[in-house]
Amino acid sequence: MPSTQAIPPALRFWHLPVDGSWHGHALDSHLLLNLWIALALFALANILLFVGVLSHRRAHRPIHKLTLEYLPLLAFAATFLFLGSRASSLWAKQRYTGAAPDALQVEVTGLQFAWYFRYPGADAAFGRTRNDLVNAAEGNPVGLDPSDPHGADDIVRSQLVLPAGREVDLTLRAVDVIHGFAIPEMRLKQNAVPGMTQHIHFTPELPGDYAILCTQVCGLGHYRMQAMLRVLPAQQFDHWMREQERGQQAEAQ
Amino acid sequence: MSAPSEKLRTTPARAQRIGRAIFSTRHRNIGFGYLAISGVAVIFGTILSWLMRIHLSWPGWRVPLHGPILPEDYLALVTMHGTLMLFFVLTVAPQSGFGNLILPAQIGARRMAFPRLNALGMWTTAAGLIVLLCAFLVPGGSPIAGWTSYPPLSTTALAGPGEGAGQDLWLASIALFAIGGTIGAVVMLTTIVKLRCPGMTWRRVPLTVWGWFTAALLAVPAFSVLLAAIVLLFCDRHLGSAFFIPHGDVINSTLVSHHGTGSPLLWLHLFWFFGHPEVYIAILPGMGLTSMVIANFSRRRVFAYRLMIATTLAIGLLGLLVWGHHMFVAGMNPFAGTAFAAASLAIAIPATAKVLSWIATSWRARPWLSTPMLFALGFVSLFISGGLSGIIVAQPILDEYLHNTFFIVGHFHLIMAMAAVFGLFCATYYWFPLLTHGRMLSERLGKWHFWLTLVFAYTTFLPMYFSGLAGEPRRYAQLTGVNQPAQALLGAHQVLQFHITGGALALGLTQVLFLLNLVRSLRVPSVGGENPWSATTMEWAPHAMLEPSPDLPAPVAYHRPCHYAEDGSSFTPQWESPQPSTGEQE
Repeated sequence: MPSTQAIPPALRFWHLPVDGSWHGHALDSHLLLNLWIALALFALANILLFVGVLSHRRAHRPIHKLTLEYLPLLAFAATFLFLGSRASSLWAKQRYTGAAPDALQVEVTGLQFAWYFRYPGADAAFGRTRNDLVNAAEGNPVGLDPSDPHGADDIVRSQLVLPAGREVDLTLRAVDVIHGFAIPEMRLKQNAVPGMTQHIHFTPELPGDYAILCTQVCGLGHYRMQAMLRVLPAQQFDHWMREQERGQQAEAQ
Repeated sequence: MSAPSEKLRTTPARAQRIGRAIFSTRHRNIGFGYLAISGVAVIFGTILSWLMRIHLSWPGWRVPLHGPILPEDYLALVTMHGTLMLFFVLTVAPQSGFGNLILPAQIGARRMAFPRLNALGMWTTAAGLIVLLCAFLVPGGSPIAGWTSYPPLSTTALAGPGEGAGQDLWLASIALFAIGGTIGAVVMLTTIVKLRCPGMTWRRVPLTVWGWFTAALLAVPAFSVLLAAIVLLFCDRHLGSAFFIPHGDVINSTLVSHHGTGSPLLWLHLFWFFGHPEVYIAILPGMGLTSMVIANFSRRRVFAYRLMIATTLAIGLLGLLVWGHHMFVAGMNPFAGTAFAAASLAIAIPATAKVLSWIATSWRARPWLSTPMLFALGFVSLFISGGLSGIIVAQPILDEYLHNTFFIVGHFHLIMAMAAVFGLFCATYYWFPLLTHGRMLSERLGKWHFWLTLVFAYTTFLPMYFSGLAGEPRRYAQLTGVNQPAQALLGAHQVLQFHITGGALALGLTQVLFLLNLVRSLRVPSVGGENPWSATTMEWAPHAMLEPSPDLPAPVAYHRPCHYAEDGSSFTPQWESPQPSTGEQE
């Protein structure tokens, strides 16, 4: 985990952890804007309520409905519209289009109670998988189908290693029940649903070790269904990847 | 030796009387029946929440007669706490409980429509609670899939302890609840539409009735869809169908081979189509009551009264269109996420209009700060604190970070659980004289009860926002003692978690004051008199709460509610017939 010194004071005030992803900065600044507005309105509304009730003199019927109800309502509606449209454009940027074609491909498989990560290997193609072949004890935790030649060089790891500064396209799937794939320090969350494949893409920026959690209750081991994301500087990642590929080749022969 | 024999003689008569009261079709007895269901559920639900909190702060603690809380026990606690509180407390007590007790008198109806059907609804709900509590006793224990019971976790006993008989009992219980709730809603809608007394036009109907009415309108489609979803899930579990199970799903190394291929996402849609209206069913009666109580103690008409009717209906209508905001990261099309975000933010507008009205009504009114008024103001404060975070999580990009963290837990506990509970306390303190033939709860104890409850509610649930922002997920049996680097992330704010635990224990203990107040009221003579709060609505009219009888004058409504003199010194109740000379009918 990178040093907490890297966390700006505003994030620290709201207890937010370090933000290690490229899209996270815009998300954080929108979140902080929302939080400050919410805090201000929380204080204002409670003070108005308190002062209004404790005021000693009984005032005449408050002023016109227009000034007290409809004008503030209009202001609030404008605020919600502003926040909503700002959020929508961020959401659209992240979700409406897929990853760039040159993004690093990694498949994430969730099952009770572990995450596995698969890299396509030298042929840049994932081999076929079948749920009924899933058997972690026999070294096939994601259910690789041996009859598919694309699968021979696939690299399956229990740790997600990514290069800093390169977009990654994660393909999420689940073998048994719904799992929630979440990396708080990358501001990333998406459920892995059995029978569906989900894609989510992001660019890690800050090298370090981060927690991958399961955030959808998935059974008694839910709380310990964790893995590690290790973000490496690009060169170190290339080195690591070459080593894995060599290891995989040696194993295949 | 005469005393025992006399006792023997009277016992059957007494038993008969109690039996008649229990199996009565009077709306008053049914209302108390619903409150009794909630009372049992809230005691269990509170104890379960304490066990969860203690376990999170002191994981090594052993429960007497049980032993340590295992991870599956923790999830069972989560599931049962949520189910008990949301279904059997927050839905049953405000809507069905106080609805039955007060609604008929408030519209001058003297009774609910379809009395036998109404009693059936209550007994079905009671059976639902009993079936649910039985889940503690079966082999494997209670279910661990949470109150949302997402499949495939909830489709097979292979998925974990509690997913066998426990999950079946859960399904049976919620099916009974849905049937009882639908019956109750139909009875209530019929009563409001058909049984209003002469003069009780729609413009004179109090906002509390609008709250019950809208909640009942939501309950019919919501509970029906829930029931359908539960039947489908039951078929998946026992009849080999695959509505919610995809082809080739392997759970616990076993291939779950059912006919066809389904999608877990279908359950999420069906469940949340029920689940979101459900939270409005829980809160709408409290909103209506808060408006009326603040107006009454401020001696002013509800500010923007007609807008408040419109916003109640708008919240109900929009409430049916926002279920997808529970599913932003569940695998839904991202375009749908944007649409659901727009509908969810739209709900903030009528909700804000309500807050503005509450503040404007009490603004410099020099209100009578009675206990019911304090609880109504507390409702407003909690509604604001919980509602503001609702705007944040309605934005998909922010929900991506906050989904299933403690932030969500803080959000819905403040706006739904705590605000609705304050609504219930407000109702209890306010209507107590009507329900007990003129007895009053102690104001002194009531005010202590209010302030301590308010402080501890905030102590418990505000820190959850920070804990959630720190990334701590909900429904984790342990936040410490896990592997790195998760340990560094989750364990960083243990002090907040201790704070929350302390708050939760104190919040629960404070309710002893409320129980003391109830017990005390039995011992003191009734001093309330008729209409002790100088209220304007029909339930406070003389004889309004009595059984219909030919000797009593039929109720007639002559005015709108909340009719007060400008300086607050006098008021015109709805039932007071206008003087011929100054007669002014609205």
